[in-house]
Amino acid sequence: MSVLLVLEERGGRISRTSWEAAAAVLRLAPANEVTAVVIGAQTESLANEAATKAFGKVVRVEHPLLAHYTSDGYCAALHQLIQKESPAYIVFPHSYQVRDYAPALACRIGQVLIGDVIDIADGPVFTRQFMQGRLNGSYRHAGGGPCFVSVQAGAFRPDVPDIALPDAAGATPIEAFAPSIDAAQIRTRPGEPFRGSAQTVDLGSAQLIVSVGRGIREAENLPLVQDLATALGAELAASRPICDNGWLPMERQVGSSGQSVAPKLYLAVGISGAIQHLVGMKGSQCIVAINKDPDAPIFEVADYGIVGDLFEVVPALTETVKASKS
Amino acid sequence: MKIIAAIKQVPERDAQVRIDSAGKWIDEADLQYAMNEPDAYALEEALQLKEKAGGEVIVLSAGPERVGQTIREGLAKGADRAIHVVCDDLASRDALGVARLLAEAIKAENPDLILTGLQSEDLGLGQTGVIVAELLGLPHTSLILQVEKTDSGLKVKRELEEGWFQSIELPTPAVLTIQSGGTKLRYATLMGIKRAKTKEVRMVNATDLGVNAAPVVTLDAIMLPKKQKSTQILDGSAKEAAAALVEKLKFEARVL
Repeated sequence: MSVLLVLEERGGRISRTSWEAAAAVLRLAPANEVTAVVIGAQTESLANEAATKAFGKVVRVEHPLLAHYTSDGYCAALHQLIQKESPAYIVFPHSYQVRDYAPALACRIGQVLIGDVIDIADGPVFTRQFMQGRLNGSYRHAGGGPCFVSVQAGAFRPDVPDIALPDAAGATPIEAFAPSIDAAQIRTRPGEPFRGSAQTVDLGSAQLIVSVGRGIREAENLPLVQDLATALGAELAASRPICDNGWLPMERQVGSSGQSVAPKLYLAVGISGAIQHLVGMKGSQCIVAINKDPDAPIFEVADYGIVGDLFEVVPALTETVKASKS
Repeated sequence: MKIIAAIKQVPERDAQVRIDSAGKWIDEADLQYAMNEPDAYALEEALQLKEKAGGEVIVLSAGPERVGQTIREGLAKGADRAIHVVCDDLASRDALGVARLLAEAIKAENPDLILTGLQSEDLGLGQTGVIVAELLGLPHTSLILQVEKTDSGLKVKRELEEGWFQSIELPTPAVLTIQSGGTKLRYATLMGIKRAKTKEVRMVNATDLGVNAAPVVTLDAIMLPKKQKSTQILDGSAKEAAAALVEKLKFEARVL
């Protein structure tokens, strides 16, 4: 049995979420049965970085047309590699890029990606969340053929010793794989990535954050949470819908499409805790949730919770904070 | 441009979902349903493109009879007609099974553009649009916030992670999966609601589409998530809870 682990690059290095996927892979096979895959036009340094771990081997999938990510290019290249290697599993980090091509790649060989997996148990049984994180589901791969799996950011910790990937004892073999790709196969023309707007607030370095979600109902109610943030000396942040509505600027958005934060205190007001939000803040030292719904997934990661009407709780909290400081 | 907006009916965002007695799916009794939010944005994008460039918007949805209500909402907002793939076993099909139904229904229409939300708010698989593109042999791109028609096809704004974006050009016909928040959603007008009643909704039976429904991936059981932390819930009046919280944050967690 063999496993293909598709690693992703971020800033010239293998991404953190790729290493998390590598930790998850160990639930499926020992490291020496895992083939780590790096993709691009020039992959030498990524391959060398991967080879520091005790993988069975590292494969460099290299082609000039893979210089920039395209679904067509990646699907063509990986499809050929899968045909050559016949793996039992193909594992990815659940990144935006993987979401863009892995379902199509799986479909090309009649398979279905089990996406955004948070746990892998014997069977194997894959756990993923649905209903906005309110429920978990156990999934199995039913048919023959390779099983495609993507791993949610933050679900597996490569720094935890008992699930850590062993370092390479000797030299991990590195192979080259040159897919045949024709320029005409690539139908999308991607441009250079750009930033949305100039950043004026750095939530990443904030020690205290008060974050607001849909529960606030209207833009007119925002001063309520702003007052709490001011009283605490905290930065104000928000979940995606608040920024989508233009109530707060995009740069204050926490979550997979916004900023990742890890303050001492993260106080979530009226945020239900969709997965996309949780991945951006669950590393916070202390999490407080104020929500009217006792089943809201935010309470799964909260240290302290108040189940109640934020329009009553937040002003009371602001007053208490002010009083305790004077 | 002939545009298909594929939309899904999902349980309302605030609905209390319960696990059914078999532990295999949610209890659908008394559930309220709504249009999946990212799909609402896909429909909005379709309507705006039509307003700029002319053409036709067709709403496509798969599911049981109740889905008709969400389809009417799409028509009331301005879609020209609809296709309802009547299917009572949507939840037991995997992403490929559902995408096959949609792709089969789309084929006969030969659209220039297919738009759908990037993911559903119930299963959250985020795969349907991408698989539909693969099945139809069309180019696609996902997580799209803006769509602009050009002479040679489309120019779109794609969301990347951590506040980055990217422009992508691609030819039509194509499939785009739309991210929420790229534009403002419209409400149906009274006139729109009235007109929707007279618009065509073509019913297609899933069984007549002749697609393979055998799942590759099965959902064996559903359960409540295991708590990742033990949460201390602070009870009492708002004032009491607030006082208890400040006390805890100062002296127990020591973060204030």
